[in-house]
Amino acid sequence: MNILVIGLNHKTAPIEVREKVAFDGTKLEEAISILKKSDVVKENIILSTCNRVEIYAGVNNVDSGIEGIKNFLSDFHKVSRDLLDKSLYLHTGTDAIRHMYRVASSLDSMVVGEPQILGQLKDAYDAALKNKTTGVVLNKLMRKSVSVAKRIRTETKIAESAVSISFAAVELARKIFEDLSTKSFMLIGAGEMAELAARHLINSGVKDVFITNRTKARAEELALEFHGKVVIFDNFVQELLHTDIVICSTGAAHYVLLKEQVHRMMKERKQKPMFIIDISVPRNVDPQINDLDNVYLYDVDSLQGIVDTNIQERAREAEKAEQIVDEEIGSFLKWQASLAATPTIVALRNKAEEIRKTEFEKTIKKLGPLEEEKIKAIEYLTTSIVNKLIHTPTAALKSEDSDKEVMLDVIQKLFQLETEKGKNEET
Amino acid sequence: MQIETNILLFELALTFYLLATISGVIEIFRGKKSASKVSLYLSIIGFIFHTANIVVRYIEGGHIPVTSMHEATSFFSWSVLILFFIHEFKYKLGLLSSFIMPIVFLLMFSSSVFPREIKALSPVLQSYWFGIHTILAFLGDAAFAMACGIGIMYLIQERNVKSRRLSTLFQKLPSLQTLDEINYHLITLGFPLLTLAMITGVIWANSAWGTYWRWDPKEVWSLITWIIYALVLHLRLTVGWRGKKAAILSIIGFIIVIFTFFGVTLILKGQHVF
Repeated sequence: MNILVIGLNHKTAPIEVREKVAFDGTKLEEAISILKKSDVVKENIILSTCNRVEIYAGVNNVDSGIEGIKNFLSDFHKVSRDLLDKSLYLHTGTDAIRHMYRVASSLDSMVVGEPQILGQLKDAYDAALKNKTTGVVLNKLMRKSVSVAKRIRTETKIAESAVSISFAAVELARKIFEDLSTKSFMLIGAGEMAELAARHLINSGVKDVFITNRTKARAEELALEFHGKVVIFDNFVQELLHTDIVICSTGAAHYVLLKEQVHRMMKERKQKPMFIIDISVPRNVDPQINDLDNVYLYDVDSLQGIVDTNIQERAREAEKAEQIVDEEIGSFLKWQASLAATPTIVALRNKAEEIRKTEFEKTIKKLGPLEEEKIKAIEYLTTSIVNKLIHTPTAALKSEDSDKEVMLDVIQKLFQLETEKGKNEET
Repeated sequence: MQIETNILLFELALTFYLLATISGVIEIFRGKKSASKVSLYLSIIGFIFHTANIVVRYIEGGHIPVTSMHEATSFFSWSVLILFFIHEFKYKLGLLSSFIMPIVFLLMFSSSVFPREIKALSPVLQSYWFGIHTILAFLGDAAFAMACGIGIMYLIQERNVKSRRLSTLFQKLPSLQTLDEINYHLITLGFPLLTLAMITGVIWANSAWGTYWRWDPKEVWSLITWIIYALVLHLRLTVGWRGKKAAILSIIGFIIVIFTFFGVTLILKGQHVF
């Protein structure tokens, strides 16, 4: 059985092409079932996300497999072969295993280390299991990929730190407050990036949401969207009494929040900590506010600084992850090799048992009526001779010997064994 | 023979506390996001030997083994460990052992410097007040030791957030709010224990010497300690001295506790053996 991966992703194909060959829910199950029925593809899984469409397949013959899958893609989506050939990449054998590991571990993702891909891959596998389109090889490869991804996640820092400003803000909030569900949040102004960060914070479960804006209509609009309360812009400083997290982005050319104001409010708050995120350029919050006790002020640059460091760190960690991938490929290849030996071992055992049985029955017939005990003794004798004889070759086939391929071949020829693998290789 | 057993147990405990401290400190600098538990496991092994040592000395001496500087310091570090384990299992604070085990080890190490023979209880100490007074005092001091460790963690984490340097240490340390709350909660635990220890001490002094307060240096310094922690609590509740200020005060408070414990006994002398 040969493994191959055919697919395209954000690096090889623009969105216009990716959306043409994407498989959504029902179409995906239909597609894997069609592939399953084809003669050339024995096992298959299709992964379809907004960044990639990939077909993992187990085939007997690589060339016919590739041809079959490409034709299928072109027929199913009514896309010209030319367009497909330009966008598709192809991996076989070891490269295919490596590719699947890298996809599962998010090493091949647009944002390295993003966590969604593993879930998407599991969903693809679930669909395949439901439609019974996988067999021994892909099942093993899939489980292995998941465990490799988990190993990489625990042993490297690839998915550890936030790589977007919104995530960095939430991560910080959690290190200041621990539990966000008892904290109140105020959005001052409504820049696009501020809105994104606000949405992310609100999704992390803050208790109350206050919205304030110079234009009251805009505040009301946002309040509706975020299920928040509108605070009149002129009063927002006083409202800081009940606010623990502030995101500020007003587009004003001057500071809208001054040090004295925050200093006064901190006294009134009895120094309960406050986390202020200033996403505006030019800045809207006096940077000196960070000098106040129990107030933590972050501006765009400091958040971006965190994000940049984290991205660099991920790149370094990705190198460690690639090493793990290499290691794990070895372990899959070993398994695959042992799989190749299994049919031969079974055939060898069957053949030996067959011979033993025939000869044993012949002898019993010749000897005429015998006591039960003697029959048992003869049976025992034949069985142990056969077992001892085939023990050494069996052990050798199961071993990790580098000559295994040769041994398999020799044993098949010596004993004239007919295995599935033997048959496959002839075709 | 029995004396040798308890010394062996003591040395084993001390060794494991040293190992726990070393692995705890390594953990601070290791660039992993989640802290390993090695230091905790080593401290548990040390604690088992330590407990055995205290039990052996109790059997041998026939009273709670807190009658010499050696025994008292060892008992002090044992009390810190009990509070440490309770907090470790209840809150699962990252890196807690990295900051508590050095304190435990230093106490244990100081204990090893003092003479180790088991002393007979002097007549004046033969009172049930003795057990109550000392245990209350040690538990109170242990709570202040923990508050100091947590305070140091708070200051480091606060530095991380303020300076916008989000290293792996930032990832491993607990949140500021958690540290501040636990620090506060430890002082609200230690303060009443200290108060009760002082009250029982006063009652005991009256029954032993016929006078409540003798301006013994230990008494004076205990009063200073008491005032410091009373201030910590008062300032927090009235003007919101929390976070950094509370952390610094709890470190200062513990330095005074340590001075009252070692300094007063060794330099100023007095009625208290320790």
